[in-house]
Amino acid sequence: MEKTQAKPDSAAGNVDYKVTPSKEPLLPHLRLPAPTSATITHINWSSSLFFSYFKELVGREVTVELKNDLAIRGTLHSVDQYLNIKLENTRVVDQDKYPHMLSVRNCFIRGSVVRYVQLPPEGVDVELLHDATRREARGG
Amino acid sequence: MSGGPGLESLVDHTISVITNDGRNIVGILKGFDQATNIILDESHERVFSTKEGVQQLVLGLYIIRGDNISIVGELDEDLDSSLDWSKMRAHPLKPVIH
Repeated sequence: MEKTQAKPDSAAGNVDYKVTPSKEPLLPHLRLPAPTSATITHINWSSSLFFSYFKELVGREVTVELKNDLAIRGTLHSVDQYLNIKLENTRVVDQDKYPHMLSVRNCFIRGSVVRYVQLPPEGVDVELLHDATRREARGG
Repeated sequence: MSGGPGLESLVDHTISVITNDGRNIVGILKGFDQATNIILDESHERVFSTKEGVQQLVLGLYIIRGDNISIVGELDEDLDSSLDWSKMRAHPLKPVIH
């Protein structure tokens, strides 16, 4: 975090000092441009790490691979405590093989059947996740 | 689809449910709960096979236990009626293996 304590600078009369936000981000190096909503600078990691992490990805394009081998791509609309996922503008990755969901545009995927969620590369901050998972492993 | 991650926004809409054993059940969502148990009205099953087009089996009023649900999809009815399911051939979906 940048030092924001304003040092009196007699030479420059109109120095634009940075103002520290009242709520400092817990992990200041998180830099996710939020495409739909305002950028969230504070994450409450204490509730549930991956729940919080997925909430950060709302509005992004993800591919969800299910435990029945179906892979569905769409815009992440919402996620809940069970890691149930709602996707918008969905399409099944291999539509010729799996035409079963051709007329489905929005869907709710039960968290229990998710095998992988493929994230946009720019949405993954490996360092951030490392830190957060270590913190979680230490018990907060 | 508005609202949170629940199924509120789909109540009274036609939905397509894919169950863990790979079945595809289409019906009108009448209710649901925290565990994704759902009540489906006027439901029918769409049976996919490679030998013939999609068969529709009438089921009626159904309650599906949440444990058995993989996907709840909002059916775009215009899009759905524009598709000729009787000519669609595909393998049935694989069951979920946990």
